[in-house]
Amino acid sequence: MTTRAVETWTLEPLVKFVKEAGARLVLVMTSAGQVLAQHGFSRAVDVMSAAALGAAIMASTDEMARELRQPAFAALNHQGERHGIFLAGVATGRGRLVALVVYDLDVSSLGLVQLFFEQLAADLQAASPKDTVPKQVLAADFERQLSDSLNTLFGR
Amino acid sequence: MTAAAAAYVKALDLITRVRGVRGAMLVSAEDGIVVAEQLMEGIKGPAVSALAASLATRLRRAMEAAGVGASLFWHLQAEQGALLVVPTGGAGEAGGTLVVAVAEPDVNVGLVRLELLRAAEVVG
Repeated sequence: MTTRAVETWTLEPLVKFVKEAGARLVLVMTSAGQVLAQHGFSRAVDVMSAAALGAAIMASTDEMARELRQPAFAALNHQGERHGIFLAGVATGRGRLVALVVYDLDVSSLGLVQLFFEQLAADLQAASPKDTVPKQVLAADFERQLSDSLNTLFGR
Repeated sequence: MTAAAAAYVKALDLITRVRGVRGAMLVSAEDGIVVAEQLMEGIKGPAVSALAASLATRLRRAMEAAGVGASLFWHLQAEQGALLVVPTGGAGEAGGTLVVAVAEPDVNVGLVRLELLRAAEVVG
């Protein structure tokens, strides 16, 4: 399984997390769904779908928290028969990022993912570039930037 | 507090009363999450529970591969302490609960085992 990053500072924390938590698939993305790093995905279309769905879920739960006048929910876990999905926000110098983790229940567990996610969050926070203003993605550049990111994520 | 929660607290209390026990926990074997705990300061409950549940899963597979049936009790002795676990309520298969004790190296293992088994009966 390969781990690749568009923003290189995310790579080392992600590789460490995958190894320790036994995660099957991981996406690190912005809250808008722009992917910074991925592990385990083999097709670009899967990355795009997972990022869009993960970002949408985070946006929905953030809005629900706002409606309830509560701080944003820290994490969301959905456990299926064979796999679990863990989705959580990470505060970094690059702004709030979102991590989407898919784990096999045979190999890992919610407890392990939660445990090592705390370390991932701390590592990303420490490694993130400080005092940088995130680049605005203009509609005109969107397709090219998306294409460039996917090429990097799949080593093309 | 529900009757079940009160029973869990009492069961953990009996374990932690044994001299040399630094903490006791009920852990969901399937997901490694703490169900109930009584720990001394400095013991990382979520870390112990997640890793103990992971170990339980691997041990179960090893036991199955060896053809010796489900594990009933484990005692892991370390330089500065010990981890003692009784899987219960199907934890020998998949799911169920682990009754976990973290103890000093010179703890009376027989006594802790007895209290762990009693707690396992309460948890079911």
